[in-house]
Amino acid sequence: MNKSINNQIETNNLNVTYHNNHVLKNIDIKIPAKQLTAIIGPSGCGKTTLLKSFNRLLEIQDDVKIHGKIIVDGINIMSGGLNVPDIRKKMGLISQKPYPLPMSIFENVAYGLRIHHDKNAKELAEAVQNCLQEVGLWNEVKDRLHDPASRLSVGQQQRLCLARAIAIQPEVILCDEPTSALDPIAAQQIEKLLLRLKEEYTVILVTHTLRQAKRVADYVIFLYFGKVFEQGPADEVFNHPKTPEMKAYLGGEIS
Amino acid sequence: MNRRNLEEKIFLGLMIASILVVIGSLFLIVAVVVFNGVPSLSIEILTQTSEGKFYLGGGGGFLNAIVGSLLLALPATGLAFLISIAIALYLQKDFLKSRTSNFIRLCLDILWGVPSVVYGVFCLAIVIALGVTRQSILLGIIALTLLEIPIITRSIDESIKMVPAGLKESAYSLGSTKFEMSIKVVRKQAMPGIIAGVLLGFGRGIGDAASILLTVGDSNYFPSSINDQTAALPTMILNLVGMPDEVVQNKAYAVAFVLLVIVLLISIITRYLTKKSSKHIIK
Repeated sequence: MNKSINNQIETNNLNVTYHNNHVLKNIDIKIPAKQLTAIIGPSGCGKTTLLKSFNRLLEIQDDVKIHGKIIVDGINIMSGGLNVPDIRKKMGLISQKPYPLPMSIFENVAYGLRIHHDKNAKELAEAVQNCLQEVGLWNEVKDRLHDPASRLSVGQQQRLCLARAIAIQPEVILCDEPTSALDPIAAQQIEKLLLRLKEEYTVILVTHTLRQAKRVADYVIFLYFGKVFEQGPADEVFNHPKTPEMKAYLGGEIS
Repeated sequence: MNRRNLEEKIFLGLMIASILVVIGSLFLIVAVVVFNGVPSLSIEILTQTSEGKFYLGGGGGFLNAIVGSLLLALPATGLAFLISIAIALYLQKDFLKSRTSNFIRLCLDILWGVPSVVYGVFCLAIVIALGVTRQSILLGIIALTLLEIPIITRSIDESIKMVPAGLKESAYSLGSTKFEMSIKVVRKQAMPGIIAGVLLGFGRGIGDAASILLTVGDSNYFPSSINDQTAALPTMILNLVGMPDEVVQNKAYAVAFVLLVIVLLISIITRYLTKKSSKHIIK
């Protein structure tokens, strides 16, 4: 089983400091393309910080220092002179609590298309419909496309955010505990969607539920106190953990 | 237990008393203005200019002051809004470090507290230094704009600060530039607060006497250009109250009544717009 894996994202000695708090320490990871990678670890271990470093979302905060390399498609996105919106455009983000934009359902999906592409009204409508269909939301909203997105249920909002993200054809989908605010049925829908989306996109999932990681992950990165303790294919990490920390985490001793 | 109950009751009583004082004052002001002003109102007084013997108990009206006030306050509010929204968006974390923006906020708060007469004197001093010695609507608009900028900026700033970080992150993740994020997402989310801020500025602008007293002069006619002097409602109230005749003094209440009605109308329009603009707000 030694197929050559194409790495979508690699980090090289990545360090992040937040208000003099050393959150991520010497992170060296490789994230394979078109697979679902789960980042797991106890709360406060830096999972979200790591995820948001991939699309340079950390730097909108005050007082954040980032050192090291983050290589996406062979380009170090931390090097100067790059257009940050272009980097972010490659990565859709699904956050813990869905944040639809303050506009209609249609405009939410059309937003990215409007700012990045020059589509006419018909192309736009088609693209929006395709994206909504892909996340299984079309039948639920097709009669009220121009209603405020805030009127959707939380689960629907989360799928809308997914539709909005894939509308601009990213390469990577970053998910920050996307199911933690949802009821079990809505959560299951999202999980199924992610499994389908990994055919086309590289999916990176931050999760605090070990069971979810076991269900969906192809590749696993285990973070603990800002350090990577294990990374590798899911069955290897889950069935043959090498470090005592990973064993303790799997055994439920640290959470 | 008894002492705590008493404490609770006293505190509740104080809160209710405070509210009553405020609401009571409002009703008292409105009552005095209506009681004294409405009898002086007539079609004539609302549709004629004050040329002739308006200040001396003769005929004429104050339509020129209504027009003058609107010509001052509307452009000033518009200008102040354009400048304020730019400042308020720029004050956010996306553009400035917190230390810098907090310093600017402090400056704006100090400006907010500057008495309006100082803005008037300031504008006058500058144009005199430039060699212009005539009072005009333009000068009044500039004074009012300066007066309104800190008010509108700070209230827009406060409402923009409330926009959830997650919403901004969403907009950034879609590849928005800071400008797109500010104008297309943050502005929409903060719209009710923005409208409220503009109303606050307008209310202050149209009601302020001290800043226009020195800058717009006075006139008994409709202004015909931006370089003309003009009458305005607040300054007219001052002039009328200063007259010895009680009939003339009562006209001041009629003017005050019209001023109140304008502010009330603007408030109602704002309420409506606020409601309409909150349709898409994300909570």
